Amino acid sequence: MIELVWLIPLFPAIGFLFNGLIGRWFNLDKRIVSWVACFALGLSFLFSILIFFALLKLSPEARAVVPDRVLFDWIVSGGLKTVVGYKVDPLSIIMALVVSGVSFFIHIYSVGYMHDDPGYTRYFAFLNLFVFMMLTLVLANNFLLMFVGWEGVGLCSYLLIGFWFDRDAPANAGKKAFVVNRVGDFGFLLAMFLIFAHLGTLEFNGVFDGAHSLDIVTVTLITLLLFVGAAGKSAQIPLYVWLPDAMEGPTPVSSLIHAATMVTSGVYMIARCNILYTMAPVSMATVAIVGAATAIFAASMGLLQFDIKRVLAYSTISQLGYMFLAVGVGAFSAGIFHLMAHAFFKGLLFLGAGSVMHAMSGELDMRNMGGIWKKTPITFWTFLIATLAIAGIPGFAGFFSKDEILWQAFSSSHGHVYLWLVGAVAAGMTAFYMFRLVFVTFLGGCRATDEVKKHIHESPSIMTVPLIVLAVLSVIGGYVGIPHVLGGRNIFHEFLAPVLGGHPEGTAHAAFSLVKSAFASGGAAEGSGINMELLLMGVSVAIAIIGIGIAFYLYILKPEVPKRLGERLKILYTIVFNKYYVDEIYEACFVKSTKKLGTFFWREFDDGVIDRSVNLVGGLMLWLGRVLRRIQTGRVQGYALGIILGAVIIIIFLIR
Amino acid sequence: MFSGVTPIYFLFVSAVIFAIGAVGVLIRRNAIVIFMCIEMMLSAVNLTLITASHYLQSLDGVLMVFFVMTVAAAEAAVGLAIFVLLFRGRGTIKVDGINLLKW
Amino acid sequence: MIAGSVFYWIVFIGTALTAIFAAVMVITRRSPIHSAMFLILNFICIAVLYLLLNSQFIAIVQVMIYAGAIMMLVIFVIMLLNVEEEEQQKMHASPAKVIGVVLVLILFAQLIYGVGVQVLPGEWGEFTPERMARIGDIKAIAGLLFTKFLFPFEIASILLLVGIIGAVILSKKER
Repeated sequence: MIELVWLIPLFPAIGFLFNGLIGRWFNLDKRIVSWVACFALGLSFLFSILIFFALLKLSPEARAVVPDRVLFDWIVSGGLKTVVGYKVDPLSIIMALVVSGVSFFIHIYSVGYMHDDPGYTRYFAFLNLFVFMMLTLVLANNFLLMFVGWEGVGLCSYLLIGFWFDRDAPANAGKKAFVVNRVGDFGFLLAMFLIFAHLGTLEFNGVFDGAHSLDIVTVTLITLLLFVGAAGKSAQIPLYVWLPDAMEGPTPVSSLIHAATMVTSGVYMIARCNILYTMAPVSMATVAIVGAATAIFAASMGLLQFDIKRVLAYSTISQLGYMFLAVGVGAFSAGIFHLMAHAFFKGLLFLGAGSVMHAMSGELDMRNMGGIWKKTPITFWTFLIATLAIAGIPGFAGFFSKDEILWQAFSSSHGHVYLWLVGAVAAGMTAFYMFRLVFVTFLGGCRATDEVKKHIHESPSIMTVPLIVLAVLSVIGGYVGIPHVLGGRNIFHEFLAPVLGGHPEGTAHAAFSLVKSAFASGGAAEGSGINMELLLMGVSVAIAIIGIGIAFYLYILKPEVPKRLGERLKILYTIVFNKYYVDEIYEACFVKSTKKLGTFFWREFDDGVIDRSVNLVGGLMLWLGRVLRRIQTGRVQGYALGIILGAVIIIIFLIR
Repeated sequence: MFSGVTPIYFLFVSAVIFAIGAVGVLIRRNAIVIFMCIEMMLSAVNLTLITASHYLQSLDGVLMVFFVMTVAAAEAAVGLAIFVLLFRGRGTIKVDGINLLKW
Repeated sequence: MIAGSVFYWIVFIGTALTAIFAAVMVITRRSPIHSAMFLILNFICIAVLYLLLNSQFIAIVQVMIYAGAIMMLVIFVIMLLNVEEEEQQKMHASPAKVIGVVLVLILFAQLIYGVGVQVLPGEWGEFTPERMARIGDIKAIAGLLFTKFLFPFEIASILLLVGIIGAVILSKKER
């Protein structure tokens, strides 16, 4: 069964080809298109589940060393031998499950959401292509094939963000996403070159087995370059600027690509290369610091946005920061755990936003909403569940994952108390702005126009069923990672341990030594004897509740306060509201000069040199033709002359 | 007094007539005269063949001449028919005026 | 005609000079009819040369076909076509013509060089003069024609048929 892993990416690929070629050529009926697309995803998900169970049958040690399923030799050139092969181990199968599962439900949701769109077939073709590329990324057994998937998801992101390409904003957003991704991909490429130069192979098995032979400078360089790639794809500082703009795409796209799957590929990549990262503490520290900084920076921007999807976008950037913080302090399985939980609740949040848009006739500004919870009950309750999850309220998925990250940030040998502090503050801000979103959008008085008010309705069941499924997952998804300190077994961490390496879990026993290390890292500790982890857990829950409380106060009890606060702190408000003017800074520093350079090369080189030389060749041929044309006089005697000339020449050779 | 008439003399005559025919093809402007010069060239070649055949004591050359004459006859018939047509169409048979293949 | 005797030589020189003279006249006369007449003379001289070379059959055929049939056709066509073409202008010496003459001279030099510097190459046959004298020219040719050269013979007959049909179709007057 495990050797059938190559079918998992194959089904969406077939779906893409069918819908993209036959569907568009023959203008197939919408039902056929949607059935093909969803069925392909369903098969993919089914096979992921089957292979997951087949993997479970093996012993834990055997799971990490399942031989790669190689399909064929791809590039064999000189010293480089790359294959098209798929790796089945706990990490890749978890990713495959998350990707195919969440994609499946989002496909079903899209059938309803995109029902009236003229580009229906194109949408599903691109969506299937995206899932194919993403599955290639997570299942690949070598860097080059992973890079194919990496680039492929970037391409599909561009295609789907700019789905409504006849409008300026989506087209520009798609371009921006692609270009910023490219900057990151450049880092990834350089890292691959370094890996190949030093280790002679690009296959994961070969690289990780031989990694210990690398010196620390090389490993640091490689891991930093890989992180540049991850920062581009997963929207970390400084390459996050494309993600808010990417909200111009259809909402299910935002849900799938920019919440659940593509943006998590950077985290996956770092987790996959955990052996390299643990050899380079400098890189780990960089990853952790950038992750934490991004978490709080993005959260601060999400505090003041009015567009629902923008808020969610900044929230995504912030949560990705958490995942990078996790892998940066060595808690790789915690990062993957949060990835999975985030896929559930963020995906759900975006789908819910789409549902709200659907109900409010396309409105996205939350200032024009309010009080719709009675009319859109399913949307409201699922949205609320997801918000509770993201805020880290106990009982929901986000609680377990986020808490594990914060605990590891505090206690791991790579961690530091300041990292924990930043993470905790960002968690508070997360709770605040997410509940701000819920309160302003669903509760209170309705500020919509009468025309819109009349049409407020719940979405059809084809859209609400995925919402419900994801909501259920947002609740129960956390229970695979119950930490020991609460009496659980953290089977998630155990499952991934053969691949990601076990790290000291926060057991009650270890808490003592970790209290001492907390002292050593300069953090304040509350006396010995109290279980540090439980304490921190309580602190973060408290912070979350405080955040919710502030949001409740500002937006339900006294709605006029936010405006007054905004007036009093006008400068601060303007800076944060305008996203710290980062886009403008980039425009001035990088974009203008690049455009100038490009224009220069276009005019001088492309037009001047290349076009002219091609025209020169053409002109030469014309001139030659004009000259040689005179031989054709049409007079027979001229031709006879030619014959005699030829005969003379030939006879010269014959009588020699 | 003289030695036997070695073939070289016949071949020389043949070459001279051939060359004169070639000059005629290039110089004259009347299409029929050009045709006649071509026939003269053919005839000179026939002389070469017969000479070789006689000298080598074989008859292959003679039979080749046989066929060359056949072809020359057929060519003459068709070629002159074409000249008649050309004259009907263009009103002249000076090869200067028959240059439809000019670029 | 004993090869090598003085008479043979005299006939050869005379005929050769006449042939060459006739050839030069063919290309230099202004009137096409004059050129045709000289061409007939040329053909007859060449027929005499064939006789010198012991090919009586071909000599007769030359006179019959070349000097007879072909030239008759040519003269008919000349008279049919160009009564008013009689007044030809003086021939211009254009550069193309000069180049042409030069090239032909080079060709001629090559031909002479080619045959002069070497023994005539080729396979020796078995038709010695004694055998020829015994069998006779026509019988020998006929023997070869219908055995070794049968296929070209048949093809030649088809060729003649095609030529006839072509000539007829080409010169039919349009209705």
